[in-house]
Amino acid sequence: MSEVAAAKPVAGAGFAAHPAARVLMRRHRIRWWELIPWLAAIAYYFAFPHYLGFGAELLITVLFALSLDLALGYAGIITLGQAAFFGTGAYTVAMLAYYGIWTEPIGGLLAATLAAAVIGFASGLVLLRTTGLTLLMLTLCVTALLEQGANMARNITGGFDGLNFTITPVFGLFEFNPLFANTQYLYTLGVLFLCYAFVRTLVYSPFGQSLTGIRENILRMHAIGSPVRVRLIICYTLSAALAGIAGGLSAQTNDYVNLATLSLDRSATVLIVLILGGYGRLYGAFIGAVAYLVLEHFLAQVYPTAWQLGLGLLLVLIALFARNGILGLGETLWRRFEARRAAS
Amino acid sequence: MELIANFAGIMLGGLSAGTVLFIVSVGLSVTMGLMGFVNLAHGSFAMFGGYVIVLAMNRAHIGFVPALALGFVATAALSVVLERLLYRRLYRSGELDQVLFTIGLIFIFIAGTIIVVGPESQTLQLPPALSGQLNLGFLQYRTYSIFLIVVGFLIGLGISLAFERTRIGAQIRATVDNRRMAESLGIDVDRLFTITFAFGSGMAAIGGGLGAEFLGLDPQYALKYLVYFLIVVSVGGLGSVIGVYYAALLLGVLDFVLKLYLPVGGTIFIYALTILLLLWRPQGLFGGKQT
Repeated sequence: MSEVAAAKPVAGAGFAAHPAARVLMRRHRIRWWELIPWLAAIAYYFAFPHYLGFGAELLITVLFALSLDLALGYAGIITLGQAAFFGTGAYTVAMLAYYGIWTEPIGGLLAATLAAAVIGFASGLVLLRTTGLTLLMLTLCVTALLEQGANMARNITGGFDGLNFTITPVFGLFEFNPLFANTQYLYTLGVLFLCYAFVRTLVYSPFGQSLTGIRENILRMHAIGSPVRVRLIICYTLSAALAGIAGGLSAQTNDYVNLATLSLDRSATVLIVLILGGYGRLYGAFIGAVAYLVLEHFLAQVYPTAWQLGLGLLLVLIALFARNGILGLGETLWRRFEARRAAS
Repeated sequence: MELIANFAGIMLGGLSAGTVLFIVSVGLSVTMGLMGFVNLAHGSFAMFGGYVIVLAMNRAHIGFVPALALGFVATAALSVVLERLLYRRLYRSGELDQVLFTIGLIFIFIAGTIIVVGPESQTLQLPPALSGQLNLGFLQYRTYSIFLIVVGFLIGLGISLAFERTRIGAQIRATVDNRRMAESLGIDVDRLFTITFAFGSGMAAIGGGLGAEFLGLDPQYALKYLVYFLIVVSVGGLGSVIGVYYAALLLGVLDFVLKLYLPVGGTIFIYALTILLLLWRPQGLFGGKQT
């Protein structure tokens, strides 16, 4: 360490001028194209004032997929139980509002975050000892456990029929219910942006790099003395918290919650959304959510069976050929194009 | 006396449901043990076979036993085609790709079934010899349930004997224990896998047909029981026939009892037990190696 410190002034500009350092620093610089989704989201607000409810749903799906990306894409935790946290967040908001304990949206969202984080931490503490099929099974079982628990306590949770409730205005100023979709849309967009900024900072931090290391080679991370389990648990907890926010938002924008928020279906859907876009690359969640929801919105209503068939075929094709969704495919094509241009 | 009869009735109901779970899941356990392939679409083969069997009986008026044989052969044939064309490309991929691929396959099966047959659920018309009541001395019970329990026991016995005594059984056990070693000893693991995959899918088909009474048979079948099949396999232990048998019977009885006494949300105990068990023994009750 002292040698490094001694070498630094001698090297003039220091290590910052080293090509490797420059590459490393460039990695997390904000690129121009990273503005596109946000500009598109704002443009959407003005372009489709009658579809803002759908827009809010889209943004919530992006956030949910982003939460999964943190666990699956960066840390490599393969889970079919992300709905557990989504549902926890949704039920927290719903029950606080239904029983008149807390009806204000921002506080409700914080409570949802906390509740989901607690569940994520508690389950991560025990689940992340295992790997592979066992882990997959355990995440499935935790979700089923919560779903059946909510079903069993139907006096409190409303069970199969769900709960209807009302949310009071944001800051006491902006009306917040499905009739005021513009408030809901902007509110959701704001929350998504904050969460996205958090995740982006996280994945480019040393902590995020160590998560990638764990995904790529867990044995080597153990060997260099990285506290693998602690990191995984922290990552899982954060991912759960984000999923909880998504769930809370979903409950708030619909004024309604039911058992479907905790179902295997929901976990599978978010996995598909993320895979469709491309995992481990932040913006995969955006592309995947847009592609999935737009297709579903238009196709599923016309001919649901064809939608399911198409989705199945798409998944099989992605698993067999396009390893990393739409963004991965785009990247491969771009590289090929670049290579051809370089060759000619 | 009444108490004993009641108890026996519940046990028989649970055991017959468990038997169906066993027949469906046994192939999944062996193929997962062999290749470590996470095949979530196994239930789709059960559904496909169940449809072949039920439709053959209801529409083509084929007898019960020939219909079961037809279902077995048709499903085994389909699974071989899928295995050769698609599954084998993903043996060396990560679990994520396998999960995605098999979820995709489930969707294709669901949509295909709705397009070809229709969204309504199918009912199995039992042959008259099996549809009555059987007098066991101290209680009357449905003949079909007892038939299922006996058939399941015989199938379990047959498969474990084949595992212990035949050459191919020994090869399967060797490969489950240590695939690389088995390959170096000249066992053709690819071929072995194709055979077991076909056989397992065929068994699933029979399970789907026999279980149409309890589990129902509709396009969503594979998704509806996915968690149950996986619980049976992971609790029993990958590649262990006896483990799957016990796990399936246990799950069947538990499920039956809970649905009887706690119809709303009672299955929560099944999931809680599974979690505790897998934390205690991640390799399952009878599994030899860590997965």
